[in-house]
Amino acid sequence: MSQKSVSTSLFDREILGAALVDSFRKLAPQQQWKNPVMFVVYSGSLLTTLLWIQALNGEGKDPANFILAVTLWLWGTVLFANFAEAIAEGRSKAQAAFLRSAKRDIAAKKLDEPRYGENYSKVAGSSLRRGDVVLIEAGDFVPGDGEVIEGVASVDESAITGESAPVIRESGGDFSSVTGGTRVLSDWLVVRVTTNPGEAFLDRMIAMVESAKRQKTPNEIALTILLVALTLIFLMVTVTLLPFSLYAVATSGAGQPITITVLVALLVCLIPTTIGGLLSAIGVAGIGRMMQKNVIATSGRAVEAAGDIDVLLLDKTGTITLGNRQASAFIAVKGVSEKELADAAQLASLADETPEGRSVVILAKQKYGFRERDVHTLGATFVHFSAQTRMSGVNIEGRQIRKGAADAIRGHVEELGSKFPPEFRKLVDDVARRGSTPLVVSEGARVLGVIELKDIVKGGIKERFAELRQMGIKTIMITGDNRLTAAAIAAEAGVDDFLAEATPEMKLKLIRQYQADGRLVAMTGDGTNDAPALAQADVAVAMNSGTQAAKEAGNMVDLDSNPTKLIEIVETGKQMLMTRGALTTFSIANDVAKYFAIIPAAFATTYPVLNVLNVMHLATPASAILSAVIYNALIIVALIPLALKGINYRPIGAAKLLQNNLLIYGVGGLIVPFIGIKAIDLFLVTLGLV
Amino acid sequence: MIKHLKPAIILFVLLSVLTGVIYPAIVTGLAQLLFPSQANGSLMTDNNGKTTGSSLIGQPFSSFGHFWGRPSATAPFPYNAGASSGSNLGPTNPALVDAVKARIQALKIADPDNKAPVPVDLITASGSGLDPQISPAAATYQINRVAKTRNIRPEILRALVDANTESRQWGFLGEPRVNVLKLNLAMDQLSH
Amino acid sequence: MTSNSYFQVIVYVVTLLALAKPLGWYMARVYEGESVGLNRLLAPIERLMYRLSGVNPKEEMRWTDYAVGLLVFNLLGALAVFALQRLQASLPFNPQHLSGISPDSAFNTAASFATNTNWQGYSGEVTMSYLTQILGLTVQNFVSAATGMAVLVALIRGFTRRNVDTIGNFWVDLTRSTLYILMPLSLILALVLAGQGVVQTFNSYQAVPLVETVSYEQPKLGVDGVALQDAGGKPVMESVEAKEQVVAVGPAASQVAIKQLGTNGGGFFNVNSAHPLENPTPLSNFLEMLSILLIPGALCYTFGMMVGDTRQGWAILTAMTLVFVVLVFIAVPAEQSGNPALAALSVDQSASISQSGGNMEGKETRFGITNSALWAVVTTAASNGSVNAMHDSFTPIGGMVPMWLMQIGEVIFGGVGSGLYGMIMFAIVAVFVSGLMIGRTPEYLGKKIEAYEMKMAAITILIPPLMVLGGTALAVMVEVGKASVFNPGAHGFSEVLYAFSSAGNNNGSAFGGISANTPFYNTLLGLAMLFSRFWLAVPVLAIAGSLAAKKKVPVGLGTLPTHTPLFIALLIGTVLMVGALTFVPALALGPVVEHLQMIGAK
Repeated sequence: MSQKSVSTSLFDREILGAALVDSFRKLAPQQQWKNPVMFVVYSGSLLTTLLWIQALNGEGKDPANFILAVTLWLWGTVLFANFAEAIAEGRSKAQAAFLRSAKRDIAAKKLDEPRYGENYSKVAGSSLRRGDVVLIEAGDFVPGDGEVIEGVASVDESAITGESAPVIRESGGDFSSVTGGTRVLSDWLVVRVTTNPGEAFLDRMIAMVESAKRQKTPNEIALTILLVALTLIFLMVTVTLLPFSLYAVATSGAGQPITITVLVALLVCLIPTTIGGLLSAIGVAGIGRMMQKNVIATSGRAVEAAGDIDVLLLDKTGTITLGNRQASAFIAVKGVSEKELADAAQLASLADETPEGRSVVILAKQKYGFRERDVHTLGATFVHFSAQTRMSGVNIEGRQIRKGAADAIRGHVEELGSKFPPEFRKLVDDVARRGSTPLVVSEGARVLGVIELKDIVKGGIKERFAELRQMGIKTIMITGDNRLTAAAIAAEAGVDDFLAEATPEMKLKLIRQYQADGRLVAMTGDGTNDAPALAQADVAVAMNSGTQAAKEAGNMVDLDSNPTKLIEIVETGKQMLMTRGALTTFSIANDVAKYFAIIPAAFATTYPVLNVLNVMHLATPASAILSAVIYNALIIVALIPLALKGINYRPIGAAKLLQNNLLIYGVGGLIVPFIGIKAIDLFLVTLGLV
Repeated sequence: MIKHLKPAIILFVLLSVLTGVIYPAIVTGLAQLLFPSQANGSLMTDNNGKTTGSSLIGQPFSSFGHFWGRPSATAPFPYNAGASSGSNLGPTNPALVDAVKARIQALKIADPDNKAPVPVDLITASGSGLDPQISPAAATYQINRVAKTRNIRPEILRALVDANTESRQWGFLGEPRVNVLKLNLAMDQLSH
Repeated sequence: MTSNSYFQVIVYVVTLLALAKPLGWYMARVYEGESVGLNRLLAPIERLMYRLSGVNPKEEMRWTDYAVGLLVFNLLGALAVFALQRLQASLPFNPQHLSGISPDSAFNTAASFATNTNWQGYSGEVTMSYLTQILGLTVQNFVSAATGMAVLVALIRGFTRRNVDTIGNFWVDLTRSTLYILMPLSLILALVLAGQGVVQTFNSYQAVPLVETVSYEQPKLGVDGVALQDAGGKPVMESVEAKEQVVAVGPAASQVAIKQLGTNGGGFFNVNSAHPLENPTPLSNFLEMLSILLIPGALCYTFGMMVGDTRQGWAILTAMTLVFVVLVFIAVPAEQSGNPALAALSVDQSASISQSGGNMEGKETRFGITNSALWAVVTTAASNGSVNAMHDSFTPIGGMVPMWLMQIGEVIFGGVGSGLYGMIMFAIVAVFVSGLMIGRTPEYLGKKIEAYEMKMAAITILIPPLMVLGGTALAVMVEVGKASVFNPGAHGFSEVLYAFSSAGNNNGSAFGGISANTPFYNTLLGLAMLFSRFWLAVPVLAIAGSLAAKKKVPVGLGTLPTHTPLFIALLIGTVLMVGALTFVPALALGPVVEHLQMIGAK
């Protein structure tokens, strides 16, 4: 199964059809009322419709056909805006439906009792409820999101993460979460299902794109206020133009006062219909684009806030470095040979099934050819890692071999009456300074040396951080490592700062500190202990591979579990704002040309001298007004693709970005309508319509 | 609201005393002390101590033997220094053109030989209606008429005009100008 | 334009900008409560005032308290001016025995002076007693200016503070503005003006003999004092001979100084600074003109200093200056080009060394074209509204420039305080749109601009156009409105539009032909002034309060710098776009049509 994005062409035929129907359905007044700018157009359309009926009865101030033409294009303006919104909704829903269908329905083995070995019945995966317990054996797909309560297994999560290496899932701890659609490769798991069908994040996301439930985001509200203010101003401009015109007619003794039809046309042309008509489409499309990137957002506010992120907190392990550290060197103390150390290290690690333990065994084999010895034939007893001793090792033939963190071994040897060699401290520090983790090996009271466990920084991550820096985002690595190690890895990965020896409390404190300074903090996380910090962060992206608690605490889930996805999330957030800003500028800049079209036309009979302002040389007053109205309607359609795709964001600095967008949408917005209106006028003249 | 009433009232009274009583009193006192003439209207007196007018307030002149000042729109008579006023005629108001035509006509009647175009300030009403000055061009335009009427040589008038011409203050501020009242008074003085 | 003309403009602009920094620095220190040179003299007075009025200068106010204090204080001021006008006949310092003023005119003038508009519905020398002039009008000139400055300072504090709910103490800001800034500057200016010939006396008007007597016609009055009418109903006229002129004088210098410095503009005399005793010389003209923009310009620097980044202040000052200079270079040539209707009549309108030429109707000889047109731009760039020439007689374009400067919201320098806070509102809108365009929640000076700020900024930008367009529409619809129009045709429409542009933006200048001293205009214009002043000041204070409570966002790579040429261009663009889009149709029907008709366009 592939959960990569659905490649709907911009205007899929099915979506198009549904959107057309929806455009008319959205003509209901209660729908229109939600968008004040378009509501004015809607009211204007109703008014001119009445004027047309009046004109049919021979009482019109303008020719009936002219009123009809204006009326039709005004309704067209409303419908185009509806259409834009409908198509954005349609596409987002299609995207969501695709993601949902990708959760293929899997046969599940539902256990009668929550224990391995109990009887199970085979049921459809979609029928599972929260709390059901299922058995998943080698070769089975995981039927739904859940927590492992028993067993250890390797799981292929490549379908969602793209990483081919299988991961271990086991009960308890951070690796207890499984995701629907992944496959168990070996062994078995008993899993308690944690979500009901229909409660998934996907469903919450779908609610955000449906107009009925959609909440406006903060910036959208602020922009709407600005648009309403502009609309009120233009309403005042056009309403007062009637008395002005009457006075002009009276004082000049010539011509006819401006008609209501022309005033409505002028009003609709002036108010920011371009942005007003596309505003909700932009928001919906933004969420849709998130989905295309396999990010499920559960709050529109968070999507928008993503564009504002100042600080990004990243967990080191699995995000900046590959999940597992690998043994890279044996460094023996004076008087101990490296080979001796390697031997002891391998013995101590034989029973250690962690990736790190295995890498020690492998390194010893590679360097000194020690074959992997069978643990059972050696007659050894293994000492497993415990939280109290923080050491593991082996007792074999009277030898007590231990490995562990430096201070743990130090405690161990001192307890045995020996002293930690003073020069040894330096050895340990050197390893840490290289960004590696020192693992000290001892035999009895004697310290043998250090195993260097190296963190492998993910390829390409440095470039990603550089990109974030250009966006103005500070990256902070969070790690449980000590300062020296953390500093080295931070330098290698190119993060701006790091938090070493981090505890969940420290993470939370760090986030609050940044927030108190007025910064917006984003965080990616996957562990249960990340949950409080995720809940505190302004934008919290939980990895889909993470625990349920982490996912609940976040406001986005990345299905790909790719921590650097945040860059794309930030871009999408910025695109949403930029598209709104650019279209607002464009919309207002357009008004200049519209004035040049309508003002001379509206007062042609009263003040013929004003024809000097008819710089476009539009054919007749009627064609001038009609051309402006038609342009105003068509520009909405023309900009739908831009609204859906969003404006490209490039991290080139705020000033440069603004300059570029001002040139394109501000200056462009001044020029384009002159060309557009003139073209429509020529077209109307050619067709002999005016 | 109530809690703000007390400071509002008392501060208002105090500020009124400060800015409406003390401040004008200080200015008046100092001005009367330092610039007694200017502070009282820049009145001019003749040798007998009789007031002859204000050097800053124009007077109406219409006799051919005096230099005329700017047309004045004050009511009920021109240069009513008790009620300053401009004409407020708009540039496209036909009444303005009519008024200008009439003024040109009056100038032509007074000096039929003068074919030069009329300097604009001589046929347009001043802003205050009390403008004490005309442009040197407007004075020059009238020299011949006054000279003829008074039967004195134009050069004498020329010199008199120059003597009563103020150039731009500090060489660049404002415009060069001729004080009509002073010029006429000086001329009358001359004829006596 | 002549080279001298350019030179005068340049000297003006350079002097203005040169003074911005020292005065701006001084004012910042005043508002930050630091000691200034005048402390030894003024601090005891200041302390005494607080003690008497029970004000604790250390006590901080929330924005709501600040606003209520401001409103109460201004209401008191308006009431006092109203009462003084109504009762002046029975009060002292009325040597001309001027009678009490009608209720509608008194309301208009009270509203006008309390709102720092200083629209002159009345004719000073024939209406106002000396007492009304000094205790009513001069006082309001001071305190209405100080009110504007206080609101600005409160707004600046909104930007500089974080996580607090107070924005300063209104009483302190009001008192310090008056005591440390307006009074000392006025005192100096008043004395210099008096030296130049501006009158300052409590004597009654001076009668002086006329060299030539004039005769004029006036309606003949019967024994009962009622004008006689002939059989046809026409008034019977009689010929009268005037042998003297009565020169109106009074305590003018003290009022003129603050009228200019406080961007008030209400003149002592009817024709304001065109009057030779209010503005006698080119030097007095220069100083009066400089005083108009002095404080508004310097406050930009104060703003920059107080927000801790003077570049922010310079940026705004640059934006203002650029718009200003461009408009000067439109207005001056328009006036210099003269009136085509006169060109046909053998009139010399060309500039030469012996005359300024141009459109001299309504202008004074000593000021000529340059200083008249420059003043017109200065006085309407600021919400001053004093005039040294009759704007009604300007060419259509020359008159449109001042009209449009008012319509764009009095933010190009603007009123003391109010101009800058108005400009900051535009800056908020500009950063909002540009913030969106770079994909970031907009912020200005480290404060996030959100829905609440947008709502308040929108109100401040919305109210003036509503007043201007709505008022004009109402006036041209009703007979009482149309009857007051003086000039015919499109110019008449301009008169009404100018009146409401002036009142709706608290400017106060006028196309003087309109007979606005009628109950209809007095009431409507008075209301427009009140709305435009306080419906702006209160939302601005609300923004101040909201900003003060916010965190401060540190500057980062993603932050849009607001001191760059790009931002200056954007700010100018926002102001001009809103102004242009709102008023293009109205201007088209007024000055634009008139201009086209005048130049004979086909």
